[in-house]
Amino acid sequence: MVLLECPNCGARNVAEFRYGGELKPRPAQPMAGSEESWVDFVFMKQNKLGLQAEWWYHRAGCGIWFMAERHTKSNQVVKTYRWQPAEKAS
Amino acid sequence: MSFKLISQALNRNQPPPRMWRQHPLKDRYDVVIIGGGAHGLACAYYLAKEHGITDVAILEKRYIGAGGSGRNTTILRSNYLTPEGVRFYDESLRLYHQMALEFDYNVMFSKRGHLTLAHSDGAVRTMRRRAEVNRLQGVDSRLIWPEQLKALCPPLDVSENPRHPIQAALFHPPGGVIRHDAVVWGYAHHADRMGAEIHQLTEVSGIRVEKGKVSGVETNRGYIKAGTVLNATAGWCSTISEMAGVKLPVTTFPLQACVTEPLKPFLDVIIVSGSLHVYISQSDRGELVMGASVDPFASYSMRGSLGFTEGLAGHMLELFPSLANARLMRQWAGLCDMTPDYSPIMGFTPVDGFLVDVGWGTYGFKATPSSGKRMAELIATNKTPELIHPFRLSRFYEHDLVGEKGAASVSN
Repeated sequence: MVLLECPNCGARNVAEFRYGGELKPRPAQPMAGSEESWVDFVFMKQNKLGLQAEWWYHRAGCGIWFMAERHTKSNQVVKTYRWQPAEKAS
Repeated sequence: MSFKLISQALNRNQPPPRMWRQHPLKDRYDVVIIGGGAHGLACAYYLAKEHGITDVAILEKRYIGAGGSGRNTTILRSNYLTPEGVRFYDESLRLYHQMALEFDYNVMFSKRGHLTLAHSDGAVRTMRRRAEVNRLQGVDSRLIWPEQLKALCPPLDVSENPRHPIQAALFHPPGGVIRHDAVVWGYAHHADRMGAEIHQLTEVSGIRVEKGKVSGVETNRGYIKAGTVLNATAGWCSTISEMAGVKLPVTTFPLQACVTEPLKPFLDVIIVSGSLHVYISQSDRGELVMGASVDPFASYSMRGSLGFTEGLAGHMLELFPSLANARLMRQWAGLCDMTPDYSPIMGFTPVDGFLVDVGWGTYGFKATPSSGKRMAELIATNKTPELIHPFRLSRFYEHDLVGEKGAASVSN
Protein backbone atom coordinates (compact mmCIF):
# COMPACT_ATOMS: atom_id res chain seq x y z
CA MET A 1 0.00 0.00 0.00
CA VAL A 2 1.49 3.31 -1.11
CA LEU A 3 -1.53 5.61 -1.32
CA LEU A 4 -4.54 5.97 0.91
CA GLU A 5 -7.67 7.88 -0.01
CA CYS A 6 -8.54 10.47 2.64
CA PRO A 7 -12.25 11.40 2.49
CA ASN A 8 -11.18 15.07 2.69
CA CYS A 9 -7.89 15.30 0.84
CA GLY A 10 -8.02 12.50 -1.72
CA ALA A 11 -5.26 10.01 -2.39
CA ARG A 12 -2.15 10.77 -0.31
CA ASN A 13 1.06 8.95 0.63
CA VAL A 14 0.29 6.40 3.34
CA ALA A 15 3.16 7.81 5.43
CA GLU A 16 0.91 10.83 6.14
CA PHE A 17 -1.53 8.62 8.02
CA ARG A 18 -1.54 6.80 11.31
CA TYR A 19 -3.19 3.43 11.65
CA GLY A 20 -5.79 3.36 14.40
CA GLY A 21 -6.63 -0.33 14.74
CA GLU A 22 -9.61 -2.45 13.85
CA LEU A 23 -13.16 -1.18 14.34
CA LYS A 24 -14.55 -2.37 17.65
CA PRO A 25 -18.09 -1.45 18.57
CA ARG A 26 -18.23 0.06 22.05
CA PRO A 27 -20.50 -1.69 24.52
CA ALA A 28 -23.92 -0.16 23.95
CA GLN A 29 -24.69 0.04 27.65
CA PRO A 30 -21.38 0.95 29.27
CA MET A 31 -22.57 0.64 32.86
CA ALA A 32 -24.43 -2.60 32.36
CA GLY A 33 -21.60 -4.64 30.85
CA SER A 34 -19.70 -7.11 33.00
CA GLU A 35 -16.03 -6.58 33.76
CA GLU A 36 -15.21 -9.42 31.39
CA SER A 37 -16.99 -7.73 28.51
CA TRP A 38 -14.86 -4.64 29.13
CA VAL A 39 -11.68 -6.71 29.08
CA ASP A 40 -12.84 -8.15 25.77
CA PHE A 41 -13.47 -4.66 24.45
CA VAL A 42 -10.17 -3.22 25.62
CA PHE A 43 -7.76 -6.09 24.88
CA MET A 44 -9.24 -8.79 22.66
CA LYS A 45 -8.86 -8.44 18.92
CA GLN A 46 -10.38 -10.12 15.92
CA ASN A 47 -7.09 -9.65 14.08
CA LYS A 48 -8.84 -10.61 10.92
CA LEU A 49 -7.16 -12.31 7.98
CA GLY A 50 -9.25 -10.81 5.19
CA LEU A 51 -11.35 -7.71 4.74
CA GLN A 52 -11.18 -5.52 7.83
CA ALA A 53 -12.90 -2.28 8.82
CA GLU A 54 -10.34 -0.10 10.52
CA TRP A 55 -9.51 3.41 11.75
CA TRP A 56 -7.05 5.78 10.14
CA TYR A 57 -5.93 9.26 11.17
CA HIS A 58 -4.68 11.81 8.66
CA ARG A 59 -2.03 13.23 10.96
CA ALA A 60 0.03 15.12 8.35
CA GLY A 61 -3.04 16.41 6.56
CA CYS A 62 -6.51 17.51 7.57
CA GLY A 63 -6.45 15.65 10.88
CA ILE A 64 -9.64 13.63 10.62
CA TRP A 65 -10.22 10.11 11.83
CA PHE A 66 -11.91 8.00 9.18
CA MET A 67 -12.64 4.39 8.26
CA ALA A 68 -11.06 2.18 5.64
CA GLU A 69 -11.92 -1.28 4.46
CA ARG A 70 -8.69 -3.07 3.71
CA HIS A 71 -7.75 -6.62 2.92
CA THR A 72 -5.13 -7.49 5.53
CA LYS A 73 -3.32 -10.01 3.33
CA SER A 74 -3.01 -8.00 0.11
CA ASN A 75 -3.25 -4.54 1.75
CA GLN A 76 -5.70 -3.56 -0.96
CA VAL A 77 -8.03 -0.83 0.24
CA VAL A 78 -11.58 -1.40 -1.00
CA LYS A 79 -13.01 1.89 0.22
CA THR A 80 -12.55 4.70 2.70
CA TYR A 81 -15.35 6.66 4.31
CA ARG A 82 -16.28 8.95 7.15
CA TRP A 83 -17.42 7.12 10.24
CA GLN A 84 -21.17 7.20 10.81
CA PRO A 85 -22.45 6.37 14.26
CA ALA A 86 -25.01 3.59 14.26
CA GLU A 87 -28.60 4.83 13.92
CA LYS A 88 -29.60 3.76 17.40
CA ALA A 89 -27.17 1.84 19.56
CA SER A 90 -28.82 -1.45 20.32
CA MET B 1 39.34 -39.03 4.01
CA SER B 2 39.07 -40.54 0.53
CA PHE B 3 39.32 -44.06 1.96
CA LYS B 4 36.42 -43.29 4.26
CA LEU B 5 34.45 -42.00 1.31
CA ILE B 6 35.00 -45.21 -0.65
CA SER B 7 34.19 -47.44 2.30
CA GLN B 8 31.00 -45.45 2.92
CA ALA B 9 30.02 -45.85 -0.73
CA LEU B 10 30.42 -49.63 -0.49
CA ASN B 11 28.76 -49.89 2.91
CA ARG B 12 25.19 -51.17 2.83
CA ASN B 13 24.33 -49.53 6.14
CA GLN B 14 24.20 -45.98 4.95
CA PRO B 15 23.63 -43.27 7.53
CA PRO B 16 20.03 -42.10 7.43
CA PRO B 17 19.79 -39.66 4.52
CA ARG B 18 17.03 -37.54 6.02
CA MET B 19 17.11 -35.49 9.19
CA TRP B 20 13.46 -36.31 9.75
CA ARG B 21 11.12 -38.85 8.19
CA GLN B 22 7.75 -38.73 6.51
CA HIS B 23 4.85 -40.63 7.99
CA PRO B 24 1.32 -41.49 6.97
CA LEU B 25 -1.08 -39.40 9.04
CA LYS B 26 -2.66 -41.46 11.85
CA ASP B 27 -6.23 -40.77 12.92
CA ARG B 28 -5.34 -40.16 16.54
CA TYR B 29 -2.52 -38.59 18.52
CA ASP B 30 -2.14 -37.78 22.20
CA VAL B 31 -0.78 -34.35 21.36
CA VAL B 32 -1.23 -32.37 18.16
CA ILE B 33 1.01 -29.33 17.76
CA ILE B 34 -0.14 -26.83 15.16
CA GLY B 35 2.82 -25.00 13.69
CA GLY B 36 6.13 -26.57 12.71
CA GLY B 37 8.32 -23.70 13.72
CA ALA B 38 11.05 -23.76 16.30
CA HIS B 39 8.53 -23.44 19.15
CA GLY B 40 6.35 -26.37 18.11
CA LEU B 41 9.36 -28.58 17.39
CA ALA B 42 11.06 -27.64 20.66
CA CYS B 43 7.89 -28.56 22.52
CA ALA B 44 7.78 -31.96 20.77
CA TYR B 45 11.47 -32.45 21.56
CA TYR B 46 11.04 -31.78 25.27
CA LEU B 47 7.82 -33.80 25.45
CA ALA B 48 9.75 -36.82 24.23
CA LYS B 49 13.01 -36.17 26.02
CA GLU B 50 11.83 -35.15 29.47
CA HIS B 51 8.35 -36.63 29.73
CA GLY B 52 8.38 -39.69 27.47
CA ILE B 53 5.39 -38.47 25.47
CA THR B 54 6.07 -39.49 21.87
CA ASP B 55 2.59 -39.90 20.36
CA VAL B 56 2.90 -36.38 19.01
CA ALA B 57 2.12 -34.91 15.58
CA ILE B 58 3.48 -31.57 14.44
CA LEU B 59 1.30 -30.12 11.68
CA GLU B 60 2.92 -27.57 9.44
CA LYS B 61 1.11 -25.75 6.65
CA ARG B 62 4.23 -25.27 4.53
CA TYR B 63 7.71 -26.55 5.42
CA ILE B 64 9.22 -26.47 8.88
CA GLY B 65 10.79 -23.16 9.81
CA ALA B 66 8.98 -21.33 6.99
CA GLY B 67 7.57 -18.63 9.25
CA GLY B 68 9.13 -16.58 12.00
CA SER B 69 11.77 -19.24 12.78
CA GLY B 70 13.44 -18.56 9.44
CA ARG B 71 12.73 -14.85 9.24
CA ASN B 72 14.11 -13.47 12.48
CA THR B 73 17.49 -11.76 12.84
CA THR B 74 18.79 -14.56 15.14
CA ILE B 75 19.69 -12.28 18.04
CA LEU B 76 19.69 -13.98 21.45
CA ARG B 77 19.67 -12.03 24.71
CA SER B 78 18.04 -11.95 28.11
CA ASN B 79 18.44 -8.32 29.23
CA TYR B 80 14.73 -7.58 29.41
CA LEU B 81 13.04 -5.09 31.69
CA THR B 82 10.65 -7.10 33.88
CA PRO B 83 11.94 -9.69 36.39
CA GLU B 84 9.48 -12.22 34.92
CA GLY B 85 10.80 -11.63 31.42
CA VAL B 86 14.46 -11.70 32.47
CA ARG B 87 14.08 -15.01 34.33
CA PHE B 88 12.30 -16.61 31.39
CA TYR B 89 14.59 -15.41 28.60
CA ASP B 90 17.65 -16.19 30.68
CA GLU B 91 16.70 -19.84 30.95
CA SER B 92 16.27 -19.78 27.20
CA LEU B 93 19.69 -18.21 26.63
CA ARG B 94 21.35 -20.79 28.89
CA LEU B 95 19.67 -23.61 26.94
CA TYR B 96 20.89 -22.03 23.70
CA HIS B 97 24.46 -21.95 25.05
CA GLN B 98 24.45 -25.74 25.47
CA MET B 99 22.36 -26.53 22.40
CA ALA B 100 25.19 -27.64 20.08
CA LEU B 101 26.40 -30.11 22.69
CA GLU B 102 22.90 -31.41 23.33
CA PHE B 103 22.13 -31.90 19.63
CA ASP B 104 25.65 -32.98 18.60
CA TYR B 105 25.04 -30.62 15.71
CA ASN B 106 26.62 -27.31 14.83
CA VAL B 107 24.05 -24.58 15.40
CA MET B 108 26.79 -21.95 14.94
CA PHE B 109 26.08 -20.15 18.17
CA SER B 110 28.32 -17.15 18.45
CA LYS B 111 28.55 -15.22 21.70
CA ARG B 112 29.02 -11.64 20.65
CA GLY B 113 28.03 -9.23 23.36
CA HIS B 114 24.85 -7.24 22.92
CA LEU B 115 24.79 -3.43 23.10
CA THR B 116 21.60 -1.41 23.40
CA LEU B 117 22.27 2.25 22.69
CA ALA B 118 20.69 5.12 24.58
CA HIS B 119 20.32 8.45 22.78
CA SER B 120 18.56 10.50 25.46
CA ASP B 121 18.54 11.06 29.22
CA GLY B 122 15.31 9.09 29.47
CA ALA B 123 16.80 6.17 27.60
CA VAL B 124 19.92 6.20 29.82
CA ARG B 125 17.65 6.03 32.85
CA THR B 126 15.78 3.05 31.40
CA MET B 127 19.06 1.30 30.58
CA ARG B 128 20.28 1.75 34.13
CA ARG B 129 17.02 0.33 35.41
CA ARG B 130 17.29 -2.61 33.04
CA ALA B 131 20.88 -3.24 34.13
CA GLU B 132 19.82 -3.32 37.79
CA VAL B 133 16.82 -5.60 37.13
CA ASN B 134 19.06 -7.90 35.09
CA ARG B 135 21.73 -8.08 37.79
CA LEU B 136 19.17 -8.85 40.47
CA GLN B 137 18.24 -11.88 38.38
CA GLY B 138 21.90 -12.87 37.99
CA VAL B 139 22.20 -11.74 34.36
CA ASP B 140 25.46 -10.11 33.25
CA SER B 141 24.36 -6.65 32.17
CA ARG B 142 25.79 -3.19 32.80
CA LEU B 143 25.78 0.41 31.65
CA ILE B 144 28.81 1.64 29.70
CA TRP B 145 29.77 5.09 28.41
CA PRO B 146 30.72 6.26 24.91
CA GLU B 147 34.52 5.85 25.42
CA GLN B 148 34.09 2.21 26.45
CA LEU B 149 31.63 1.75 23.62
CA LYS B 150 34.14 3.09 21.12
CA ALA B 151 36.72 0.59 22.39
CA LEU B 152 34.25 -2.29 21.95
CA CYS B 153 33.00 -1.16 18.56
CA PRO B 154 35.40 1.22 16.74
CA PRO B 155 33.26 1.82 13.60
CA LEU B 156 30.40 3.21 15.68
CA ASP B 157 30.02 7.01 15.56
CA VAL B 158 29.99 8.04 19.22
CA SER B 159 30.69 11.71 18.49
CA GLU B 160 28.33 14.63 19.01
CA ASN B 161 27.74 14.89 15.24
CA PRO B 162 24.67 12.67 14.66
CA ARG B 163 21.19 14.02 15.14
CA HIS B 164 20.77 11.76 18.17
CA PRO B 165 24.24 11.39 19.74
CA ILE B 166 24.89 8.21 21.70
CA GLN B 167 24.94 8.89 25.43
CA ALA B 168 25.44 5.43 26.87
CA ALA B 169 24.76 1.77 26.19
CA LEU B 170 23.51 -1.28 28.01
CA PHE B 171 26.18 -3.97 27.63
CA HIS B 172 25.03 -7.59 27.83
CA PRO B 173 28.05 -9.88 27.19
CA PRO B 174 26.16 -13.23 26.97
CA GLY B 175 24.06 -12.05 24.01
CA GLY B 176 24.81 -13.68 20.69
CA VAL B 177 23.63 -14.90 17.33
CA ILE B 178 22.90 -18.41 16.09
CA ARG B 179 21.99 -20.09 12.81
CA HIS B 180 18.21 -20.15 13.04
CA ASP B 181 17.67 -22.87 10.41
CA ALA B 182 20.04 -25.18 12.27
CA VAL B 183 18.02 -24.68 15.46
CA VAL B 184 14.83 -25.73 13.64
CA TRP B 185 16.52 -28.71 12.01
CA GLY B 186 18.19 -29.78 15.24
CA TYR B 187 14.90 -29.86 17.12
CA ALA B 188 13.17 -31.56 14.18
CA HIS B 189 15.86 -34.23 13.91
CA HIS B 190 15.84 -35.13 17.58
CA ALA B 191 12.07 -34.94 18.01
CA ASP B 192 11.74 -37.24 14.98
CA ARG B 193 14.33 -39.71 16.31
CA MET B 194 12.49 -39.96 19.62
CA GLY B 195 9.17 -40.72 17.91
CA ALA B 196 7.34 -37.47 17.20
CA GLU B 197 5.90 -37.20 13.69
CA ILE B 198 6.48 -34.11 11.55
CA HIS B 199 3.79 -33.57 8.93
CA GLN B 200 4.63 -30.84 6.46
CA LEU B 201 2.14 -29.46 3.92
CA THR B 202 -0.61 -30.27 6.40
CA GLU B 203 -2.92 -27.34 6.92
CA VAL B 204 -5.40 -27.15 9.79
CA SER B 205 -8.83 -26.04 8.63
CA GLY B 206 -10.86 -26.54 11.78
CA ILE B 207 -10.75 -27.53 15.43
CA ARG B 208 -13.56 -29.60 16.94
CA VAL B 209 -14.65 -28.79 20.46
CA GLU B 210 -17.19 -30.95 22.27
CA LYS B 211 -18.68 -29.86 25.60
CA GLY B 212 -15.89 -27.37 26.22
CA LYS B 213 -13.15 -29.89 25.49
CA VAL B 214 -11.09 -30.16 22.35
CA SER B 215 -11.60 -33.44 20.49
CA GLY B 216 -9.57 -33.14 17.32
CA VAL B 217 -8.44 -31.11 14.34
CA GLU B 218 -9.54 -31.11 10.74
CA THR B 219 -6.79 -30.87 8.17
CA ASN B 220 -6.43 -30.98 4.42
CA ARG B 221 -5.33 -34.60 4.91
CA GLY B 222 -8.29 -35.66 7.02
CA TYR B 223 -9.59 -35.51 10.57
CA ILE B 224 -7.29 -36.27 13.50
CA LYS B 225 -8.48 -37.00 17.01
CA ALA B 226 -6.34 -35.44 19.69
CA GLY B 227 -6.23 -35.33 23.47
CA THR B 228 -4.35 -32.06 23.56
CA VAL B 229 -3.97 -29.44 20.83
CA LEU B 230 -1.27 -26.81 21.07
CA ASN B 231 -1.48 -23.69 18.94
CA ALA B 232 2.18 -22.81 18.34
CA THR B 233 1.67 -20.63 15.29
CA ALA B 234 2.79 -17.10 14.64
CA GLY B 235 0.96 -14.83 12.26
CA TRP B 236 -2.03 -17.15 12.11
CA CYS B 237 -2.53 -17.59 15.85
CA SER B 238 -5.78 -15.59 15.95
CA THR B 239 -7.18 -17.53 12.99
CA ILE B 240 -6.32 -20.90 14.57
CA SER B 241 -7.60 -19.91 18.01
CA GLU B 242 -10.83 -18.67 16.54
CA MET B 243 -11.43 -22.17 15.18
CA ALA B 244 -11.60 -23.31 18.80
CA GLY B 245 -13.59 -20.24 19.84
CA VAL B 246 -10.77 -18.70 21.86
CA LYS B 247 -10.27 -14.93 21.75
CA LEU B 248 -6.75 -13.56 21.78
CA PRO B 249 -5.48 -10.03 22.46
CA VAL B 250 -3.16 -10.20 19.46
CA THR B 251 -2.59 -7.91 16.48
CA THR B 252 -0.36 -9.13 13.67
CA PHE B 253 2.20 -6.72 12.24
CA PRO B 254 4.91 -7.42 9.66
CA LEU B 255 8.49 -6.74 10.65
CA GLN B 256 11.03 -6.19 7.92
CA ALA B 257 14.68 -7.07 7.86
CA CYS B 258 17.44 -7.10 5.28
CA VAL B 259 21.04 -8.13 4.66
CA THR B 260 23.83 -6.35 2.84
CA GLU B 261 26.38 -7.91 0.54
CA PRO B 262 29.12 -9.74 2.49
CA LEU B 263 31.75 -7.40 3.91
CA LYS B 264 35.05 -8.07 5.65
CA PRO B 265 34.49 -8.90 9.32
CA PHE B 266 34.46 -5.59 11.17
CA LEU B 267 31.56 -5.84 13.60
CA ASP B 268 31.85 -8.49 16.32
CA VAL B 269 29.12 -7.14 18.59
CA ILE B 270 25.37 -6.76 18.20
CA ILE B 271 24.22 -3.15 18.13
CA VAL B 272 20.63 -2.23 18.92
CA SER B 273 19.08 1.18 19.15
CA GLY B 274 15.63 1.34 20.69
CA SER B 275 15.23 5.03 19.90
CA LEU B 276 16.20 4.66 16.24
CA HIS B 277 14.38 1.31 15.93
CA VAL B 278 17.25 -0.54 14.29
CA TYR B 279 19.53 -3.45 15.12
CA ILE B 280 22.54 -4.83 13.32
CA SER B 281 24.91 -7.76 13.54
CA GLN B 282 27.41 -9.26 11.14
CA SER B 283 26.81 -12.87 10.17
CA ASP B 284 29.57 -15.43 9.90
CA ARG B 285 29.42 -14.99 6.13
CA GLY B 286 30.06 -11.27 6.50
CA GLU B 287 26.61 -9.99 5.65
CA LEU B 288 25.20 -7.29 7.85
CA VAL B 289 21.85 -8.50 9.17
CA MET B 290 19.67 -5.51 9.94
CA GLY B 291 16.14 -5.17 11.18
CA ALA B 292 13.70 -2.52 12.29
CA SER B 293 10.61 -2.33 14.45
CA VAL B 294 7.24 -3.53 13.24
CA ASP B 295 5.54 -1.84 10.28
CA PRO B 296 3.26 1.13 11.01
CA PHE B 297 0.04 -0.73 10.35
CA ALA B 298 -1.30 -4.24 11.04
CA SER B 299 -1.11 -6.63 8.12
CA TYR B 300 -0.49 -10.23 7.11
CA SER B 301 1.39 -9.09 4.02
CA MET B 302 5.06 -10.03 3.91
CA ARG B 303 6.11 -7.61 1.18
CA GLY B 304 8.88 -5.13 1.69
CA SER B 305 8.33 -1.39 1.59
CA LEU B 306 10.44 1.56 0.52
CA GLY B 307 9.59 3.37 3.75
CA PHE B 308 11.37 0.64 5.71
CA THR B 309 14.49 0.64 3.54
CA GLU B 310 14.78 4.42 3.64
CA GLY B 311 14.22 4.67 7.36
CA LEU B 312 16.57 1.84 8.20
CA ALA B 313 19.35 3.08 5.91
CA GLY B 314 19.09 6.59 7.32
CA HIS B 315 19.32 5.45 10.92
CA MET B 316 22.07 2.96 10.18
CA LEU B 317 24.20 5.68 8.59
CA GLU B 318 23.85 7.77 11.72
CA LEU B 319 25.40 4.90 13.68
CA PHE B 320 27.89 3.70 11.04
CA PRO B 321 28.76 6.45 8.52
CA SER B 322 31.30 4.08 6.94
CA LEU B 323 28.47 1.93 5.57
CA ALA B 324 27.49 4.59 3.06
CA ASN B 325 28.57 2.44 0.09
CA ALA B 326 27.35 -0.93 1.33
CA ARG B 327 24.68 -2.42 -0.91
CA LEU B 328 21.56 -4.22 0.21
CA MET B 329 21.24 -7.76 -1.04
CA ARG B 330 17.95 -9.11 0.27
CA GLN B 331 14.94 -7.85 2.12
CA TRP B 332 12.12 -9.82 3.71
CA ALA B 333 9.40 -9.62 6.32
CA GLY B 334 8.05 -11.88 9.04
CA LEU B 335 4.84 -11.67 11.01
CA CYS B 336 4.87 -10.50 14.61
CA ASP B 337 1.90 -11.17 16.87
CA MET B 338 1.91 -8.17 19.14
CA THR B 339 0.18 -8.32 22.52
CA PRO B 340 -0.93 -5.28 24.54
CA ASP B 341 1.86 -5.72 27.11
CA TYR B 342 4.65 -6.97 24.79
CA SER B 343 4.75 -10.31 26.59
CA PRO B 344 3.86 -13.69 25.11
CA ILE B 345 0.80 -15.79 25.91
CA MET B 346 1.47 -19.34 27.04
CA GLY B 347 -0.72 -21.94 28.65
CA PHE B 348 -4.33 -22.88 29.17
CA THR B 349 -7.35 -21.35 27.46
CA PRO B 350 -11.05 -21.52 28.38
CA VAL B 351 -11.29 -24.59 26.09
CA ASP B 352 -10.10 -27.71 27.90
CA GLY B 353 -7.18 -29.34 26.10
CA PHE B 354 -6.57 -26.41 23.76
CA LEU B 355 -3.33 -24.70 24.68
CA VAL B 356 -1.62 -21.66 23.24
CA ASP B 357 2.01 -20.67 22.79
CA VAL B 358 1.40 -17.46 20.88
CA GLY B 359 1.79 -13.70 20.90
CA TRP B 360 5.53 -13.88 20.41
CA GLY B 361 5.82 -10.43 18.88
CA THR B 362 9.46 -9.59 18.26
CA TYR B 363 10.92 -11.97 20.87
CA GLY B 364 9.83 -15.46 19.80
CA PHE B 365 13.02 -16.94 18.45
CA LYS B 366 15.15 -16.12 21.46
CA ALA B 367 12.55 -17.79 23.68
CA THR B 368 12.42 -21.07 21.77
CA PRO B 369 14.16 -23.57 24.09
CA SER B 370 12.54 -22.31 27.24
CA SER B 371 9.05 -22.04 25.79
CA GLY B 372 9.35 -25.56 24.37
CA LYS B 373 10.61 -26.96 27.65
CA ARG B 374 7.97 -25.25 29.77
CA MET B 375 5.04 -25.91 27.43
CA ALA B 376 6.06 -29.59 27.37
CA GLU B 377 6.10 -29.55 31.17
CA LEU B 378 2.66 -27.95 31.17
CA ILE B 379 1.26 -30.59 28.80
CA ALA B 380 2.83 -33.47 30.74
CA THR B 381 1.84 -32.34 34.23
CA ASN B 382 -1.31 -30.39 33.35
CA LYS B 383 -0.03 -27.62 35.62
CA THR B 384 1.40 -24.22 34.67
CA PRO B 385 5.12 -24.10 35.53
CA GLU B 386 6.11 -21.25 37.85
CA LEU B 387 8.37 -19.68 35.20
CA ILE B 388 5.61 -19.12 32.64
CA HIS B 389 2.76 -18.45 35.06
CA PRO B 390 3.05 -14.66 34.50
CA PHE B 391 2.38 -15.20 30.78
CA ARG B 392 -0.97 -17.03 31.08
CA LEU B 393 -3.89 -15.88 28.92
CA SER B 394 -6.09 -15.16 31.94
CA ARG B 395 -3.74 -12.36 33.06
CA PHE B 396 -5.80 -9.96 30.95
CA TYR B 397 -8.95 -10.82 32.89
CA GLU B 398 -7.07 -10.62 36.19
CA HIS B 399 -5.48 -7.25 35.36
CA ASP B 400 -2.02 -8.67 35.93
CA LEU B 401 -0.15 -7.66 32.76
CA VAL B 402 3.62 -7.98 32.31
CA GLY B 403 4.63 -4.67 30.73
CA GLU B 404 7.72 -5.75 28.81
CA LYS B 405 9.10 -2.47 27.58
CA GLY B 406 12.47 -4.08 26.88
CA ALA B 407 11.13 -5.71 23.71
CA ALA B 408 12.61 -4.84 20.36
CA SER B 409 9.65 -2.91 19.02
CA VAL B 410 9.34 -0.57 21.97
CA SER B 411 11.28 2.63 22.23
CA ASN B 412 12.29 3.48 25.74
